[in-house]
Amino acid sequence: MTAVLEVQNLSVAYRMQGGALQAVRDVSLSVARGEVLGIMGESGCGKSTLAAAMINLLPAGARVGQGAVRLNGTDILRLPPAAQRALRGKSVAMVFQDPMTAFNPVLTIGRQLADFVGAHDTGLAQPERLAAMLTRVGIPDARSCLGRYPHELSGGMRQRVAIAAALLMQPDVLIADEPTTALDVTMEAQIIHLFRDLRTSFDGAIVIVTHHLGVIAELCDRVAVMYAGQVVEEGAVDAIFHDPQHPYTRALLACDPAVVDPSSGRLPTIGGRLPDLSAPPRGCAFEPRCRVAAVSCREPVPRQRPSAGRSVLCHRGAE
Amino acid sequence: MLAYAIRRVGLSLLILVVVMTAMYGMVFLVPGDPASLALGPRATPELKEVLRERMGLDQPILAQIGIFFGNVLQGDLGTDVWSKRPVLDQILEVFPRTLLLGVVALGWALALGVLLGCAAVVWRDTVVDRMLGVLSVSVISVPSFVIAIYALILFAVWLNWLPAIGAGEAGDFASQARALILPAFALGLGWVGYLARLIRASMLEVMEAPHIRTARAFGMREGDIVFRHALRVAIVPTLSVLAVGFGGILSSAVFVESVFSRPGIGTLITAAVEKRNYPVVMGTVLFMTAFYLMIVTTADLLIARLDPRVRDVLRS
Amino acid sequence: MSFALDPPSRGRRGMGRALLGDPMGLAGLVIVAAFVAMALLAPCIAPYDPVALDVKAKFVAPSAAHWAGTDHLGRDLLSRIIWGARLALGIAITSVGIAGAIGLVLGLVAGYGPRWLDSLLVLVFDSLSSLPMIFFALAVITVLGPGTATLILVIVLVSFPAYARLIRTQTLTLAGADFILAERAMGAGAGRIIFRHLLPNVVGPLVILICMDIPVIIMLEAGLSYLNLGVKPPSPSWGNILAEGYTSLRQAPHVVIVAGIPLVLATLGFTFLGEGLRDVLDPRGAGRRWT
Repeated sequence: MTAVLEVQNLSVAYRMQGGALQAVRDVSLSVARGEVLGIMGESGCGKSTLAAAMINLLPAGARVGQGAVRLNGTDILRLPPAAQRALRGKSVAMVFQDPMTAFNPVLTIGRQLADFVGAHDTGLAQPERLAAMLTRVGIPDARSCLGRYPHELSGGMRQRVAIAAALLMQPDVLIADEPTTALDVTMEAQIIHLFRDLRTSFDGAIVIVTHHLGVIAELCDRVAVMYAGQVVEEGAVDAIFHDPQHPYTRALLACDPAVVDPSSGRLPTIGGRLPDLSAPPRGCAFEPRCRVAAVSCREPVPRQRPSAGRSVLCHRGAE
Repeated sequence: MLAYAIRRVGLSLLILVVVMTAMYGMVFLVPGDPASLALGPRATPELKEVLRERMGLDQPILAQIGIFFGNVLQGDLGTDVWSKRPVLDQILEVFPRTLLLGVVALGWALALGVLLGCAAVVWRDTVVDRMLGVLSVSVISVPSFVIAIYALILFAVWLNWLPAIGAGEAGDFASQARALILPAFALGLGWVGYLARLIRASMLEVMEAPHIRTARAFGMREGDIVFRHALRVAIVPTLSVLAVGFGGILSSAVFVESVFSRPGIGTLITAAVEKRNYPVVMGTVLFMTAFYLMIVTTADLLIARLDPRVRDVLRS
Repeated sequence: MSFALDPPSRGRRGMGRALLGDPMGLAGLVIVAAFVAMALLAPCIAPYDPVALDVKAKFVAPSAAHWAGTDHLGRDLLSRIIWGARLALGIAITSVGIAGAIGLVLGLVAGYGPRWLDSLLVLVFDSLSSLPMIFFALAVITVLGPGTATLILVIVLVSFPAYARLIRTQTLTLAGADFILAERAMGAGAGRIIFRHLLPNVVGPLVILICMDIPVIIMLEAGLSYLNLGVKPPSPSWGNILAEGYTSLRQAPHVVIVAGIPLVLATLGFTFLGEGLRDVLDPRGAGRRWT
């Protein structure tokens, strides 16, 4: 399998008063056609910044320090702006977290979809085509939906429209940043269901960023666990869920409300806080919160590869 | 929607009645009655008596106010003390000219202001942006009648490109259009700066909205994003300012019309003030206030139409 | 006790420095200072008597003897402009002073007084500010007759509603603030709360609003005087000089050209200063605003 999207030693920092906050630190990932990659971690771990960097649409103040994002072998970070724009929406598309604000409130759905497609190929922006795609993501009465304004649709419907918009140009990569976080439980289940259908009908690669373990377990082939801007563990979903090797992954899995023994009466938590990312520690970032930390954990951590497709960033994980 | 419209119009009417009463009351607060003031110190008592009777000043105050309101409701704003013509006729005769001047001035100001505001957003934080910034603050603060006088000296007296005074030959469209250029330029210039500034501020806020990020993520051109997506959102708050601004434009038109000796509401009322022609002054003020309130109310309703979110809130 | 509960305020020295660091605000400050100096020192620096006629020297173009030339009655224009600064600033300051005081009192009453009084006052403010300004001014002038006193009254009437509204809003917000509630809980009377706590906190925004209003008022004074409905000739109002120059526009254009300059500069100066002050006092919006 050749990788469609490849992130190589990527670092992203936010400019702040008196320094820089290193949100993404030396991350390398890749995803192949037909594969679904999950990026998991608690809030503030840098996963959304990583997703934004994958289409080089970072928020104001964020800068790529080093590294590359290769789409079909081309580093998009080094392309001129016009060439980058030509790829967005066409080769790589994005679905955002909050469907309430992701659409322009004063334009109809149809007009917006047409503008998105029209940015690349005006010939394709026909109502029949747009309606067909809306039908495909499960929107009833797609033709009338095109004439509606975003606020007239429910959150779940809007997220379906967002996914339809992303699929319109049949991109090579679909990036979904927390696609279910802003939805209630029923809507969330429907969107998960929709993504599961997509796994069979969509032939590009999918990257799903989420803090929701259920979404990862249901949809992904592989998962990368992020902590303090680094990928601390990566591997096949089954392997990670059944045999987590990084202490952070273990703690994260133990906190999942779905697997906690209800008789214990309380949710486990990970003690302590994220390290200060304006001055990241030399050694393991999780060391202050880790139960099995040793003195050697304050030294720089080597990435260990216990088996094919598996990597762990821990002094003790492979023991 | 209907309830909202009724409430909005009701409030305007209430304000109008308060204004009218206040204005009428004001006449009685000062020494000397309107008739003697209008006729001047040399008028004979008989003459004054005749005029007083014609103006209804011999009636008790409350009756006068009642008669005044009754007449206004029937479209009678009173009669000119001097020419004895109905005030409303005189107003309607010149009002279209002032309206045209205001609309043209605001029109070109809006077109250029929106363009410059968008340009400042596209080239944000560059020399272009900073220059447009200083320029717009400058043109906002300079009084329009000073601009009018300078424009008149430069383009009409020295260069002799455009007529200096009047509103053009009757029935000759080209001549009327030429006579409109300088007044409309002077009247609109400050608004170019104001609108550019307003659009820029409004746009910068919109450009940080998530839906703009969505548009970028789909590879839309920055120019298309600014003009096709952001402007539609940013223009909505500008509209209500525009309505209030139209009132301001009509106010400044008084001075600009005077500079260019252009027949209009401004020249009508200033002449009447100098001659203390009460009915004309009061009638014009009342007419303009009513017109202004109507514009502001219409703008409110229009905003409700333009922004589908507001529209739905009102409908439910 | 109470000082510990007051909200923190920015040091005055820091404010001054921030204003000096902003080129536009600095330019405004310099221009305004120049006009204030001109107004204060008019008797000392004006080369001629502003109303002295010299018919033999009428329409003299700008020269060594008359830097700005003379008008149709041979009066020295530079002297008239310098004295005009005194007139313009005098009228502006007198009227905003009165309007500010009225706005302050009515705003405090509306914001801190009973509800019915608040509603009534708000209706009054709304009606006054919903009038097209010039037409309202012209109506008042018709009733009272033109003159300086009428002019000041008109300016007061058109400007105080905005001040009163601002003070009312500020008062309403502050009256619910924790430090006021704490004072009340400790049994402080209305007088103490208004004078010790509300007043010092609402004056800042009022000063900015007034500063931004001064160019509008200078403009209104000059405009009405230009229409012969303001300051009566021969007083050297900038508007009067413009009106007199207008009649001899073709013969001696230097009169109106020269008379327009102080109006342009003064309105620019006060606007720049007001903008600068606002950015300094409200730094949150500074980046988004044009400076």
